[in-house]
Amino acid sequence: MSSAMYERMRVNPKFQELVAKRGRFAWTLAFIVLSMFYGFVMVVAFNPTALGQPVSEGSFVTVGVVVELFMFIFFWSLTAVYVRRANTEFDALTQEIVKEAWKENK
Amino acid sequence: MVKGYDGYIYMLAFFAGWPIILFLMAERLRNLGKFTFSDITAYRLDQGKVRTMAAISSLVVVCFYLIAQMVGAGQLIKLLFGLEYNVAIFAVGILMMVYVTFGGMVATTWVQIIKACMLLAGGTLVMVLAFSQFNFSFATLVEKASSLHKLGPKLMYPGSLLADPVTAISLGLGLMFGTAGLPHILMRFFTVTDAKEARKSVLYASGFVAYFFNVIFIMGLCGIIIVGQNPEFFEAGKVGGKMIGGGNMVAMHLSKAVGGDMLLGFLAAVAFATILAVVSGLALAGASAISHDLYARVIKKGTATEASEIRVSKIATICLGFVAIILGILFEKQNIAFMVGLAFGVAAAANFPVLILSMYWKGLTTRGALFGGYGGLVSAVLFVLFSKSVWVDVLHNPAPLFPYTQPALFAMPIAFLLAYIFSKTDTSVRAGKEIEAFEDQYVRAQTGFGASSASNH
Repeated sequence: MSSAMYERMRVNPKFQELVAKRGRFAWTLAFIVLSMFYGFVMVVAFNPTALGQPVSEGSFVTVGVVVELFMFIFFWSLTAVYVRRANTEFDALTQEIVKEAWKENK
Repeated sequence: MVKGYDGYIYMLAFFAGWPIILFLMAERLRNLGKFTFSDITAYRLDQGKVRTMAAISSLVVVCFYLIAQMVGAGQLIKLLFGLEYNVAIFAVGILMMVYVTFGGMVATTWVQIIKACMLLAGGTLVMVLAFSQFNFSFATLVEKASSLHKLGPKLMYPGSLLADPVTAISLGLGLMFGTAGLPHILMRFFTVTDAKEARKSVLYASGFVAYFFNVIFIMGLCGIIIVGQNPEFFEAGKVGGKMIGGGNMVAMHLSKAVGGDMLLGFLAAVAFATILAVVSGLALAGASAISHDLYARVIKKGTATEASEIRVSKIATICLGFVAIILGILFEKQNIAFMVGLAFGVAAAANFPVLILSMYWKGLTTRGALFGGYGGLVSAVLFVLFSKSVWVDVLHNPAPLFPYTQPALFAMPIAFLLAYIFSKTDTSVRAGKEIEAFEDQYVRAQTGFGASSASNH
């Protein structure tokens, strides 16, 4: 029974749309986070002194601190963006898919 | 104590795992799982074998993580009540057993929420009071801290803990993907009603985490100046000597310095509650692996009654309590942040690869999952065992057999590679069926249709 339901959902073009859209969105965001974070880790690994430089002449605030603080804020903003879109657009689409599969079932 | 900027890097790495969990795992976890994360790997693979493996690696990760928490708790109690360290460890272990046996997951969830709020409030208060002494100027703070600290300007450089590139990358991998492989974190996804709630929880949790890490960073720098220059906080009153309670207790000293005994008492109580809650959550995750996976699904093949499952879970909790006590005593001298890093490294290698492959890769078969899972676990544990922190510091051998302290960079590829090779070469009939079953699993993972309701454990 449920396998038949899954089959109906799978052939629904909306399902393909959901998977493609959400997949692209999630992977793009993940790619941004991963590349920024590991880019940063590479600097820590191979050129740590670059992070210890002051942001401006004579300042005690270093580049590393500013970069990290930015990443904290930026990554969290990305989570917020994802949650917003997933909880509205993607969830609505999901509900439609399930509803249509039920209808066909009857 | 992780010094200065190094600590900040650690914290970013912990934090960066959260968005990745959200983007790639959270909703699939919620849609496929029910009780422990092995529900997901066991969805289309051989229940008995896969669950046994997941339970074993969960237990290993839980034990590593318990070491860090027990050491922290022991030092805190020792500092507060002047108890012997060993006695303090026993007290924590017993409290944890009582707490989990009588409370369960619902209790730990509530305690987590309340204590998180108190921790945020207390930490913020200490930070504001301490930071006000520097007129809230970050530049002044850094200037003073660097001039006083023995590392000097190096304080704001990545340094001591990330001594070489390999360690830095390995630690980054371990912390980031370790969060996605910690059994007690993954378990939380099954306590929320649906994928929507799961996403929101990640958003709130990661927001608190990010905020609090930045508070801690400021606190740490203030601590260097305020605590580091006050003879009151050093043994025999010698500034620069051995700190009372060890380097892990700087935050406690700072709260006393800026807010007196009242604030110290408050923060210590909250810190203790935090550790107790984490220890209990860990014990619960470990006990569930034993009772839900090993006992109910593997030994009893799904015929166990709920009552007997709960009984097994309680016995398991008590056993884990004693294990925690022994580990806490053995590893007394270890740096807490470092031990946490190791626990994450093992989780990243033992749990994460198989979990992510089972959700994303159609071709994963039971054989591949077993080789990948055990391979990652064994290699991560061996790397840790042969590294300086255990081979030399605990077992007192002259030189480490493995030159790096962090396992993730080496153990994770081993796990992925083994899972891939042994799945690809698996031509059994069973493997064919497992690959076919991926289609249904995939639809359920995407839509949540047929997902279990929230579990209250």
